[in-house]
Amino acid sequence: MIEIRGLTKVYGRTTAVDDLTVTVRPGVVTGFLGPNGAGKSTTMRAVVGLDRPTSGEVLVDGRRYADHPAPLHQVGALLDAGAVHPGRSARNHLRALAATNGIGHRRVDEVLELVGLSEVAGRRVGGFSLGMSQRLGIAATLLGDPAVILLDEPVNGLDPDGIRWIRGLLRALAAEGRTVFVSSHLMSEMALTADHLVLLGRGRLLADVSMQQMTATATGRVTVRTPQPEELTRLLVVAGAVVSRPEPDVLTVTGTTAEEIAGTALAARILLTELVPVHASLEEAYLAMTADDVQYRSTTPATPATDPTAPRRAAA
Amino acid sequence: MTTTTDRRDTAPAAAELRVTQLRVLTAEAIKFRSLRSNWWLVVASVLSVLAAGVSPALITALTAGDPGAGEPGGTDAVGGALSGVSFTQLLIAALGILVVTGEYTTGSIRTTFTAVPGRLPVLWAKAVLVAVVSAAATLAAVVTAFFTAQAVLGGTGTSISLGTPGVPRAIVGAALYLGTTAVLGAAVGALLRSAVGAMAAVFGLLFVLPVVGLLVPQVDPFLPTNAGAAVMQTGPVAGETLPPWAGLGVFALYAAVALAAAALALARRDT
Repeated sequence: MIEIRGLTKVYGRTTAVDDLTVTVRPGVVTGFLGPNGAGKSTTMRAVVGLDRPTSGEVLVDGRRYADHPAPLHQVGALLDAGAVHPGRSARNHLRALAATNGIGHRRVDEVLELVGLSEVAGRRVGGFSLGMSQRLGIAATLLGDPAVILLDEPVNGLDPDGIRWIRGLLRALAAEGRTVFVSSHLMSEMALTADHLVLLGRGRLLADVSMQQMTATATGRVTVRTPQPEELTRLLVVAGAVVSRPEPDVLTVTGTTAEEIAGTALAARILLTELVPVHASLEEAYLAMTADDVQYRSTTPATPATDPTAPRRAAA
Repeated sequence: MTTTTDRRDTAPAAAELRVTQLRVLTAEAIKFRSLRSNWWLVVASVLSVLAAGVSPALITALTAGDPGAGEPGGTDAVGGALSGVSFTQLLIAALGILVVTGEYTTGSIRTTFTAVPGRLPVLWAKAVLVAVVSAAATLAAVVTAFFTAQAVLGGTGTSISLGTPGVPRAIVGAALYLGTTAVLGAAVGALLRSAVGAMAAVFGLLFVLPVVGLLVPQVDPFLPTNAGAAVMQTGPVAGETLPPWAGLGVFALYAAVALAAAALALARRDT
């Protein structure tokens, strides 16, 4: 379990993470989602003590990361697959890492086997493809057989085969009861892997929801074609729906169902020539959330309300 | 897919699960061994000690029969055998610097510090490692250079011997001086995180600072290279120098201060 409490990290004049409070639970894959620059990597670096919080703290299984006497047995973190000396072989890289936490050579060979790098273990990492580097990074996270796994954008640059492999691995690790916290800026990727979602936008928590809730949030809209758009709009707005009019005779309606629109139209004897329910994808729901975080800020009761009318700064 | 058969069966006893200084040292030794560039620098250091150490003797031997060549062997034949130290210290400093800055340029320092969140054990391990490797390799090289020079000089009027007072001290002192230089390099590397910056700083400290000594004679013996050179002195000396071991001690103090500054920086900053 990872408990992030009031984490704030300021670099110079930039607030990378702003009072983030969230708990990442074991047994499920938690997706950490947000646009590039939202503060995901900063948060992850703070979890493993690479960056010191400006305020707040992060506890991993009840303790600060640095207070674990042998952290690799507690947390496996892949923050940057490139954080390896290119002149060293994969096996020596892992052996050195393992030695710090008293992990033997046999375990090194095991994890190399597990990620499918046994045959290239003696080769210098500098010649590895991005996919191979990611696998080596994953091997490093598994060295200490940790209860908590932290991965920053692990599918970046992987081929479809590698992506499927990571997906399966993450699900298997969670199924073994581990805490799996994996960041991505792609909703489509998370939709296939994560059970739970933590959404971050400009350093702030936007949502902390299960995948089911997220799917439910992805409310549909209805496209209506009618020769009497003004009258229908008036009636729908009175009924509480939100209506826009992309074309003179076309309305896009949210906040109600196609069935209710049909009923309203029938009662007012308005002709509908087209009535199409459109289901929003998770991707759209995610974009809506990150574009308009004000609506979702209420999910963080600890956060003092900030001025919702403040103009949106350019995304970092 | 499973990652292990059973977590409880494979996990060692809790008491064994600790990051210790010895384990970090082992890890750093694996890292040092497994990078070819480290070995190139060690080999280059040894060769530079040998080449510079033997050549004065060779020149003496080749000019020995020539009456026009003046006094054979010069004034400090042992000094000749140790003359490789001056250039070698740059190579050794580079070794110390690269062992640290190599981790920053490749980003592997983040992996290292994730495994050892206390950070300082990594600094101590790197310092000890480069000191021992440098001192051991250069001791072997200096001893070899000395006996080679002795053999070459055998047929000339000049002779050098281990029995001469101060000679064993100069030989061991040269190796200790270079081992300390490696620590200085590692410390400055950790402080500045950039190989180029650290090289410039160490070069300034070792070679530019002595120029200051020419202007301010009072501090001259205490400048790093001058203080360190005292331990390798066997012949008569021009100007003031510290006693041999005190000189090495002053030089070691520079390295210790740099190491302490590096430790403070590591403990405070983000990576």
